[in-house]
Amino acid sequence: MADWQIDLIKVVFIWVWALLIAVVMTWVERRASAMMQDRLGPNRAGPFGLLQPLADGIKLFTKEDIMPEKARKILFLLGPPLFALPAFSAYAVVPFGDKIVLGGKEIILQVSDVNIGFLYVLALGAIGVYGMVIGGWASNSKYSILGGLRATAQLISYEVPMGLALLTIVLLYGTFSLREMVLLQQGTFLGFLPNWGIFKQPLGFIIFLVAAYAEANRVPFDLPECESELVTGYHTEYGSMNLGLYLFGEYVNLGTLAAITVSLFFGGWTLPYVDMSKFLGPVAYGVASFMVFFIKQAFFLFLFVWVRWTVPRFRYDQLMGLGWKALIPLGLVNLFVTALLVQLTI
Amino acid sequence: MATETVCITTGPADVGDYVSLNIGPIHPAMHGTLRVITRTDGETILSAEPEIGYLHRGVEKLGENFTYKQFLPLTDRLNYCSAICNNVAYELAVEKLLGIEVPPKAQLVRTIMMELARIADHEVLVGILGVDLGALTPFFYLIIQREEIYEIFEWHHGARLTNSMGAIGGVEAPLPDRFHQKWPKMRDSIRRANDETDKLLTHNRIWMDRTIGVNAFCEEDALNWGFTGPMLRACGTRRDIRKDEPYLMYNEFDFEVPTGKHGDVFDRYMIRMLEMEESIKIIDQAYAMYQEMPDDAPLMKKVPKIIKPPAGQAYHAIESPNGELGFFIKSDGSDKPYRIKIRPPCYMIYQAFEELVKGEMISDLIACLSSINVIAGELDR
Repeated sequence: MADWQIDLIKVVFIWVWALLIAVVMTWVERRASAMMQDRLGPNRAGPFGLLQPLADGIKLFTKEDIMPEKARKILFLLGPPLFALPAFSAYAVVPFGDKIVLGGKEIILQVSDVNIGFLYVLALGAIGVYGMVIGGWASNSKYSILGGLRATAQLISYEVPMGLALLTIVLLYGTFSLREMVLLQQGTFLGFLPNWGIFKQPLGFIIFLVAAYAEANRVPFDLPECESELVTGYHTEYGSMNLGLYLFGEYVNLGTLAAITVSLFFGGWTLPYVDMSKFLGPVAYGVASFMVFFIKQAFFLFLFVWVRWTVPRFRYDQLMGLGWKALIPLGLVNLFVTALLVQLTI
Repeated sequence: MATETVCITTGPADVGDYVSLNIGPIHPAMHGTLRVITRTDGETILSAEPEIGYLHRGVEKLGENFTYKQFLPLTDRLNYCSAICNNVAYELAVEKLLGIEVPPKAQLVRTIMMELARIADHEVLVGILGVDLGALTPFFYLIIQREEIYEIFEWHHGARLTNSMGAIGGVEAPLPDRFHQKWPKMRDSIRRANDETDKLLTHNRIWMDRTIGVNAFCEEDALNWGFTGPMLRACGTRRDIRKDEPYLMYNEFDFEVPTGKHGDVFDRYMIRMLEMEESIKIIDQAYAMYQEMPDDAPLMKKVPKIIKPPAGQAYHAIESPNGELGFFIKSDGSDKPYRIKIRPPCYMIYQAFEELVKGEMISDLIACLSSINVIAGELDR
C-alpha cells in the first residue's frame, strides 16, 4: 500500500470513529441520565434502545427545513456546518494509539503528526465558536441573538484559561506535538507516580477541565442554549438536519475534548507501570493501545454526562466572574510557577 | 419600594438603546401561559411587565350559573398542583355560609388529604425550580414521590390530578384501607427524596450562588403587596392561617411554621423543603387521631339535596400551599350563588413581579417566577 492509501484509510477510520462516538454518546447520555433519575430512558428501538440515535437521525433528516423569513439566508445555512466540521477536523491530530505493523509496514495511529498539533486544536476550537455566533445572529430572533452573544463572550473568555493551562503543558514537555507529549508521559517520576500530566500539572488539569466544560457548552456552562431561559439559545430557530448538526457537533466536540484531555493529562494510549509493547505482538499491541486510549476517553465522555445531570447552571455574570476572576489569575500563576520550575531544573 | 433605587430610569427616547424581550406565553420556563414583556439592557432587566389573562376561563362568572354542588369540579382547575386544597377551601366557605360544621372524622380525612396535597405541591415547585436553574435530576426524585401521593388520592376518590374531593358537608369516603400500610413506607421515601434533593441542591455552590440574595424582598414590602404563604414567611413574617386562624382541627396539631430572613429564592426554597417535613408531622398526628375514631363515625353532615343557603355572605380562607386561598360567596337565597370571588395567593404575589425582578438578570427572572409558584389556573381563573 502506498502512503496516501494508508492516510486515506486513517482519515476514513477516524471520521467514522468520531461519528460513531457521537452517535453512541447521544444514546449514552439519555440512558445514563435515565439511570441517574430513576427512569428507563429510550428502550424501544432495538436492544436497550440502541437504535434510538438512528431513529432520531431519520426523523431529523426527513423533517421540513424551516427558515425564518427575516433570517440571513447564507449565514443561516453556514452556521451548523461551521460548528460541526471543526470538531471533526480536530480529531486529525489526536494520537489514538501507538503504532501497528500491518503487512510489514509500521503505521502510526494518528492521521497526521504535525508539530503544531495542539495549536491546531485550539484554532479549530475557536472556529467552532463562529458556528454558534453566526447561527445565533443570522436567525434574527432575540433569543438566538442572546444565545449567540453569550456564546461569544463565554467561549472567547474560556479560551484564555484553556490556553494558559495548555501552555504549562507545553513548557513541561517542550513540544507542540501531541504524539511526542504522549510518548513523554511514559514511565514514572518520584519513584511511584505515573509520568502523567495530571500528576505534574494538577492545577493546570483542573483549569483545563473547567474550561473544556465551558467550551463544550455543557451544564453547568450551557448558557448559550440554556433551555429554561433562552428557549434553546442560538439554535432556537433551527430545525431538521441543521439542528441535527448542532446537536451532533456538540457530541463530536465532547469526543475531541475528551481525547485531548486523555492525550495531555492521562498518558494517551500508555498504561502506567506496564509497557504493553514488551509482551504483545505488533498487531495486538496496536489494537491494545487503541483500546486503552478509548477506555480513557470513554471515562471522560461519561464524566461529561455525569456532571451534566448533577449540578445546576451558572448565571451569566457568575460564569464570567469565574472565568476572569478565578481561572485566568490561577492559570497565570500556574504558568509562572511552572516556567520558574522548568527554568530551574534545566 | 426598596428596590426602586436599583432601577435605571429611562425615558421613551431611550427605548432604542434597549431590547424589549417578550418572554412567553409560549416559553419553556413560563409555567402555564404567562407572559412577561421585559425591557433589558444586555441581560439586566429594566422593566418587566407581566401580562395575565391567557388562561382566563371566567370561573367566577361560571359559578353564578352553577349550583353550589356543580361548582366544586371547577375549583380543581384553579391550582391544579394541589386541587384538594381548593376543593376544601370552597367546601369550607359554603359550609360557613350554611352554618354547619362537618363531623370530626371528615375533618381529619380532609386534613390528611390537604397535607398530602401540600407535599405534592411543594415537591413540584422545588423540582421545577431545580429544572429552571438547570438541575433536572432532583425533579425526577420528587415527581416520583408525587405520583405515590396521587396513588392515595386515586384510592380515595378515584382521581389523581383534578380531585374534586369531598362534598359540601363532609367527605364521601373514609381513608382507604391501604393507607395504613402505604403511609409509613411513603413517609420514608418522601423523606429520602427530600434528603437527596437537599444533598444535590442546598449546599451546592452553584445553587447557592444562583439563589441566595436573588429577588430579595423586605418584610414591609411583602406585607404591603399582600404576600401570603411561603413567600411572606420567606421574608420573615410568621404568618400561617393554620396557626393564626385555625380551621378544621389544625389547632390540635403540633407543628412549626418555618420562616426565612431575606425573602430571596433560597429562603423560599428552604421554607418549602421544611414545610414538607411539617406536613408529614401533621399527617402522622391526624392519622393517629383518625385511628382512634370508631369505624362507623359519620363522615357526612346531613345537608339538603339542593343547597339553598340563607341570603348573606361568607369568606373563608385556608392556608393553601401557595398562601392564603380564600373563597367569598354571596348568596341571595337561591340554589345558585349570587357571586363567587376567589382570592388566589399568587395573584397578589404576581402583582409585585416587576418589583421583584427589576435590576436583576434574565436568569433571575426565571428563578423568581419558579420560586413564587405562579399557577396560571388560579391567577387568571
